[in-house]
Amino acid sequence: MGDTAAGVNLVERIKRSKLLQLFLLICAFLILYFTITPSENNYLWRLPSLFAIVPIKLNETVNYLMFDWFPIDIWNADIEDYEESALLKEITRSFSRAVLFFIELIREILLGGKKTIVAFTSWDFVSENEWAVWPALPWTVVAASAVVLGYALKGKWLALFVAFATGYIAVFGQWEPAMETLSFVLVAAPISVILGLLFGIWAFKSKRVEAILMPLLNIAQTMPHFSYLVPVTVLFGVGDHAGAIATVIFATPPMIRLTLLGLKAVPPEVGEAGMMNGCTKTQLMFKVLVPSARQNILVGVNQVIMQCLAMAVIASFIGAKGLGYNLLLSLNQLRIGQALELGICIVLIAVVLDKLSLAWAKKQIDYFADQSFAQRHKYGLIVFGILIGGCVLAFIGTYLFQGGINYFYLIPHNKGITTEPFWQAGVDWMVDNWYAQLQGFNRGLIINVLVPMKNAYLGMPVAATFLLTMGIGFIVGGLRSALIVGGFILFIALTEWWDRALITAYMATFAVIVSMILGTIVGVVCAQSTNSSKFILVVCDTLQTFPSFIYLIPVIMLFGVTDTSVLIAVIVYATIPAIRYTVEGLRNVPQALLDAGNMSGVTRLQRLRTIEFPLALPHFMLGINQVVVFALFMIIIGAMIGTEDLGQYILKALSDKNGIGNGLMLGLCVAFIGLAVDHVISTWAKQRRAMLGLE
Amino acid sequence: MSLKSQEAKIQPVIRCESVYKIFGENASQLIREAAGKIDVEKFKSEGCIFGVNSASFEVHKGEMLVVMGLSGSGKSTLLRCISRLTDTTAGKIFIDGEDLLAMKPKELIEIRRNKMGMVFQSFALLPHKTVLENIAFPLQVKGISTKDSIERASAMIELVSLDGRENYYPRQLSGGQQQRVGIARSLAVEPDIWFLDEPFSALDPLIRREMQDEFLRLQGMLHKTILFVTHDFDEALRLADRIAIMKDGVIEQIDTPANIVLNPATEYVAKFTNNVPREKVLRCLDVMEKAPKGAKFSKVNVSNKAIIETVAEQVLGQSLPVPVLDEKDKVIGVLNRKTILHVLFGKNEAA
Repeated sequence: MGDTAAGVNLVERIKRSKLLQLFLLICAFLILYFTITPSENNYLWRLPSLFAIVPIKLNETVNYLMFDWFPIDIWNADIEDYEESALLKEITRSFSRAVLFFIELIREILLGGKKTIVAFTSWDFVSENEWAVWPALPWTVVAASAVVLGYALKGKWLALFVAFATGYIAVFGQWEPAMETLSFVLVAAPISVILGLLFGIWAFKSKRVEAILMPLLNIAQTMPHFSYLVPVTVLFGVGDHAGAIATVIFATPPMIRLTLLGLKAVPPEVGEAGMMNGCTKTQLMFKVLVPSARQNILVGVNQVIMQCLAMAVIASFIGAKGLGYNLLLSLNQLRIGQALELGICIVLIAVVLDKLSLAWAKKQIDYFADQSFAQRHKYGLIVFGILIGGCVLAFIGTYLFQGGINYFYLIPHNKGITTEPFWQAGVDWMVDNWYAQLQGFNRGLIINVLVPMKNAYLGMPVAATFLLTMGIGFIVGGLRSALIVGGFILFIALTEWWDRALITAYMATFAVIVSMILGTIVGVVCAQSTNSSKFILVVCDTLQTFPSFIYLIPVIMLFGVTDTSVLIAVIVYATIPAIRYTVEGLRNVPQALLDAGNMSGVTRLQRLRTIEFPLALPHFMLGINQVVVFALFMIIIGAMIGTEDLGQYILKALSDKNGIGNGLMLGLCVAFIGLAVDHVISTWAKQRRAMLGLE
Repeated sequence: MSLKSQEAKIQPVIRCESVYKIFGENASQLIREAAGKIDVEKFKSEGCIFGVNSASFEVHKGEMLVVMGLSGSGKSTLLRCISRLTDTTAGKIFIDGEDLLAMKPKELIEIRRNKMGMVFQSFALLPHKTVLENIAFPLQVKGISTKDSIERASAMIELVSLDGRENYYPRQLSGGQQQRVGIARSLAVEPDIWFLDEPFSALDPLIRREMQDEFLRLQGMLHKTILFVTHDFDEALRLADRIAIMKDGVIEQIDTPANIVLNPATEYVAKFTNNVPREKVLRCLDVMEKAPKGAKFSKVNVSNKAIIETVAEQVLGQSLPVPVLDEKDKVIGVLNRKTILHVLFGKNEAA
């Protein structure tokens, strides 16, 4: 009798205590881990790669669609005859041409050239007529206009910063590639914004569209940048336009999300007021709801611009010109000094665009009636003045500077000053003096931590993995969560890249753990005062605007091309959200609760432990979510400097003519790792927040 | 008597016939099964919630009906049914004799553009438009030329005394000023029917009082047909021609303020009226008695519309009954000291 009662008691306790459940789960996991024998034929050890056929089928389908499906006759001007071509190919081709035209157009406004004129006439016309060249805007005009824009949007500090950034770019001779990158962003961003706006509105209007779109957006936002490149090269070829299209695909999801968020955040009474005023559906949407959601939508625009810039670097893999391309070249040649200079240029452009667009988003329209024409069009007139002044200056420059380069007009690539020798010398010095220590650290880390960890992951039977992941899912969110997580993992297990995925997972785990520890420590310390938390949040904001690629430069400088480099870059990159969420979580604890704690006489540490941490925990956990996604992105980008995980295979798919299937499947694998983690954590955080009454 | 029969002939501006608004996943299916007869208990057992439960009433031209209820009583839902911002589950609503619920979207837009105006609790101004543009908005939606709509909007600005703030943005105005814009916007198309959904609830007490005065001034000029929703019983007493008191979706009582205070129909209504200072609500004509024939009157007299509070001292100072005069100075009744004491101290205490 006593035994059964104790048994019932134990079951009850296990049912109640999640910690106990977790403990039992880990015990079961360890038992499986050590009892299942590694063998190719043992399905408990590794599942068969049933999905291996999928990429091949995908390739075949795409090839069929691109080259054989629905042939139509197309007039070929070169051979002056009709030619047979596939419909889809022609569609993507004309789309590419349109995108390319706009990129060239903006590029030539900024830098001058002939291609736009060619687009309306012909190469013959241009070569016969000397005058048929579109002149560039003098760089002084572009720079000064940007400064004026900064002043108009935010005031003198932003204007000063813009002046510094444009000055730096011009002086270091990076004006041309910088404008190439800018032209690329200026085409990709508006397309993304319009698409995002349309889809966002559509999702707002129809619950069904929203239900379909949301999971797609989740996947799209967790797929690594690289995996977008493969399908785009297949469909649209290689070049600036392909880069722009890949960028659009990558940058649209956040715009959709923020549009939807903004529209949902409009108070229902505003919509009702619109209806009671007799608005038609279109009037209601475009005159009432969209303008009311302006701020969120403009934050979306800001996100789009940042994503475009991040992608602008990665798109150089498929031939987008500009700073990214040059950066890639110098990294490949291990010219660290030059890479550093380029990196700073990219960072400056990113920060400038970020600040400008955010200032625009936050700018409120002001009272402006009863002003004269000159007052109302103050900034327009100033820019016009700058245009004239800049042109005159450029004209004077033609007399001033002999030897072909007019520094007041355009500073050609790499004709500015450079600090490369200095940096190179610095790197050489570091290699000479610190080599032993750095290598020692490097080797120690690899031999003592990374390799054992990697082997532990690779030695994990698939059954044990499933038990662990689904078990955690079950403990957190019940059967539904267990099945969702299991589904994600099953997909990966059935592909032929399970081992690669395990390596990715091991790197991610290591990076996430280190990032969380670092981030929490820094975050907790900084959250102690209002000023330091403000400061660290600004630092995080700024670091987050850097395209992820940039983080690779200093680590290569220090550790060369190794796993350690990648991991350190990943850790640095992923620590940013960890810090941010820690600070935000702690600062958002209601003041009343802190006061209540203080009045009960808690010490500083007691308050942290008993009040602030428990209440900030859900926010921390959402931070982990971000850390995981950031880490995964960076690991995949790290493939560029050599790792052996999923990223490496995605990179391979890029140069493979039949890579589309592999690229997509690999991208999904990475996305699913992220989504599985995301599902568990957000389910937990949601329950926790509901329990604490925070929602 | 003749007045009443006249009223019956005139079509009411708003007429509701057993209007229901039922929330719940299977509400529409249950309605279909019920085929017109709604069994409240059955619906509730199926997990449905009654926002509005069989509301029937009429509002006549130039009348102000105030719907009073606490939060969750269904008052705003009722208003939203009548403005068709939500779909009514069952029942009929007629606006000037036309079936509102049968209207197609196009007709609905037409009626909203010309006949209805609405004021919202949170003001619901468009943040990206100036005061002038906000007020001109319903006109421009209608397709009226910019010049005309601006002209009309300027007139509205004068009406609500916002001169000089035409080019401000809503966020630059105080709450009271914002609601003035909301009122001006709702009146811009010169609607016959004016819906007000807790228009002054978001304002500070002093400003609220000021806005109520302003509102009474406007109504004195415009004579709109009004449906006014509030949770504030004092506000209802102050403004209403008639008050409908709602609880859990049901209209508990619908009557003039005086009758509600004097004869609360249910215990729930009585809870509100118990603490009301009656001398501040009741008018002479609400409590006067018939003038006994041939009796002697005091030399002092009072007007029939005067609030008791203002005449109490006068009447109490007289030993003889005080005559109550109508607009044409005809004696229509008398006030005794006893009546006044009843009003002041309640029936039981005075007896």
